[in-house]
Amino acid sequence: MIEIKNLHKSYKMGSNSLHVLKGINFSVAEGELVAIMGSSGSGKSTLLNILGMLDVLDEGSYNLDGVPIVDLNETKAAQYRNKFLGFIFQSFNLINYKSAMENVALPLYYQKVARKEREEKSIKYLEQVGLKEWAGHLPSELSGGQKQRVAIARAMAAEPKVLLADEPTGALDSKTSYEVMDLIQKINDAGNTILIVTHEPDIADMCKRIVHLKDGVIVEDKKVDQVRASQYV
Amino acid sequence: MLDIERWQEIFDTIRKNKLRTFLTGLSVASGIFILVILLGFGQGMQNGIAKEFEEDASNRIVIWSEVTTKEYKGLNPGRRIQLRNENFEYVTKRFSDEIEHQTARIHINNVLISYQQESLGYRVQGVSSGHQFIENQFISQGRYVNYEDEKNTAKVVVISNKIKREVFKGGKSPIGEYLDLSGIKFKIIGVYGDRGSEREEERIFMPITTAQKCFNGADRVGNIQFTLKPAATFEQSVLESNKFSKDVKEYLQKVHTVASDDERAIRFFNTLDEAKRYNNLSKNIQLFFWFVGVCTIIAGVVGVGNIMLIVVKERTREIGIRKALGAKPWSIVGMILHEAIFITAISGFSGLIFSMGLLEILGPHIGVDYILNPSVNFNVALTTVFILILAGAIAGFFPAWRAARIHTIDALRHE
Repeated sequence: MIEIKNLHKSYKMGSNSLHVLKGINFSVAEGELVAIMGSSGSGKSTLLNILGMLDVLDEGSYNLDGVPIVDLNETKAAQYRNKFLGFIFQSFNLINYKSAMENVALPLYYQKVARKEREEKSIKYLEQVGLKEWAGHLPSELSGGQKQRVAIARAMAAEPKVLLADEPTGALDSKTSYEVMDLIQKINDAGNTILIVTHEPDIADMCKRIVHLKDGVIVEDKKVDQVRASQYV
Repeated sequence: MLDIERWQEIFDTIRKNKLRTFLTGLSVASGIFILVILLGFGQGMQNGIAKEFEEDASNRIVIWSEVTTKEYKGLNPGRRIQLRNENFEYVTKRFSDEIEHQTARIHINNVLISYQQESLGYRVQGVSSGHQFIENQFISQGRYVNYEDEKNTAKVVVISNKIKREVFKGGKSPIGEYLDLSGIKFKIIGVYGDRGSEREEERIFMPITTAQKCFNGADRVGNIQFTLKPAATFEQSVLESNKFSKDVKEYLQKVHTVASDDERAIRFFNTLDEAKRYNNLSKNIQLFFWFVGVCTIIAGVVGVGNIMLIVVKERTREIGIRKALGAKPWSIVGMILHEAIFITAISGFSGLIFSMGLLEILGPHIGVDYILNPSVNFNVALTTVFILILAGAIAGFFPAWRAARIHTIDALRHE
């Protein structure tokens, strides 16, 4: 599904440049649930941003579902993101003046799905995350865990090839974190490919594979026995 | 623009950001409102000034004579020039095509007026029938002096409404009564009114021939007055009136042996010159109102631009989210512009309708001097609305474009 070869990325910080990713080789098959771990500054968020086409790579190649991601301009990136990717952010990034349902429906708007169908679909996904009754509520009326579940429903709504989650439990307490992870595991069970960036070992243990990043290189890449989050809920 | 989904998206945004929308709209609507009201009053002033000048026939020319100030053909300066009947008749005949109304007028000095032993203090003037139209007087009772009276040197007078009020108390009709003027009985044939000041109604008129004969006037006239037939445009009227004045002056200077550069001997008063001054004044006033109006619009544009800038800044994160969800940069720009144009258009037109309605309703009731029926050219107002919409779009475009260009990741990090 994802194929990355010899990925380099550096940032210009004034006169000197900061080499963040120093040759990453990495691939993800369909249906995997991968945790990308590392301390802050290890380059894990940068890697996720490049995977999510929110940022461009300096060197190397990136294939997504057999499509080479090259010469990315904003328009093309927007198209690919809409078609291939769903995002889950640490800070949820819901639009605060739109209701839960409207937030979920937004990626469908950019897929040019008709309004009625958008509403039906978003209700369906909200039901999947257990928030059907909250469809008409604004994000400010929801708890953190509920917000993240709305964000997950939104990421799912576009039916992407890959879900990318950047510290999805970073702003949540452990109980809510496990609820969210339980949801993510269920979505993965249904066959979706998911990448999670985290620095919490217990969250990483709930994935099927852990990739350790340190100083811009992969130091460890191992398959693990998944801990089911449902036992903590 | 016809994308229904886009419209729904925009209505959602507007509905959920009422205060922001209201403030943007208010600045646009008030800009248009102030402009229209200002332009309306500029026009009202011009109308008012035009009205004031309609009171007296506005293309009136008065010619009178004084003393010469320049030596000419061996004649000393200081010679008194006297206009005579033949001068008046010649001018009337020669310029009959241009002249609308004419009169010669003589003021009778030292006349004792009395009515039934009561002596009165009014002025007495001898005039022709044209005097009524030149002074824009109206008849309230009886008739004015006419050509027949003049031909027959009839001993008749016309008095004013004011004199009637003051002399004929108790609603008695003055027609057919006799006034005693220095021992001669004059029959009152009519009562006139003058729209101008009260002073204008302190005069008694009689035929000029009678005045000359009864009061030792010979063929002398005090002044001669004309109104000219109006031309198609104001500027043309001014041109024709100036030409008439020049021709008449040349003739009078020749027959009275006056130097052509002697401005004092034969004098002209042309109301059109006065009118022209006022016309220029009202044009300048209008220009001023335009200037203030344009400044208001510029302020409105700056206001709209400012609000757009803040709106886009405030929505940077939202733009980032939308881009992460697959919005293309141009769709972001389109959305923000669409919203900006929609809001400015709606509020611009409401400001327009509200202000024009106000002018329409209140305009005719404004009873201030020099302001009459303020109104505004609809096309001008409409153009301003479109300028404001365009300006709002341009002011919204640049921040929107910049916001759409910044990297999604930076937009998402924006707090």
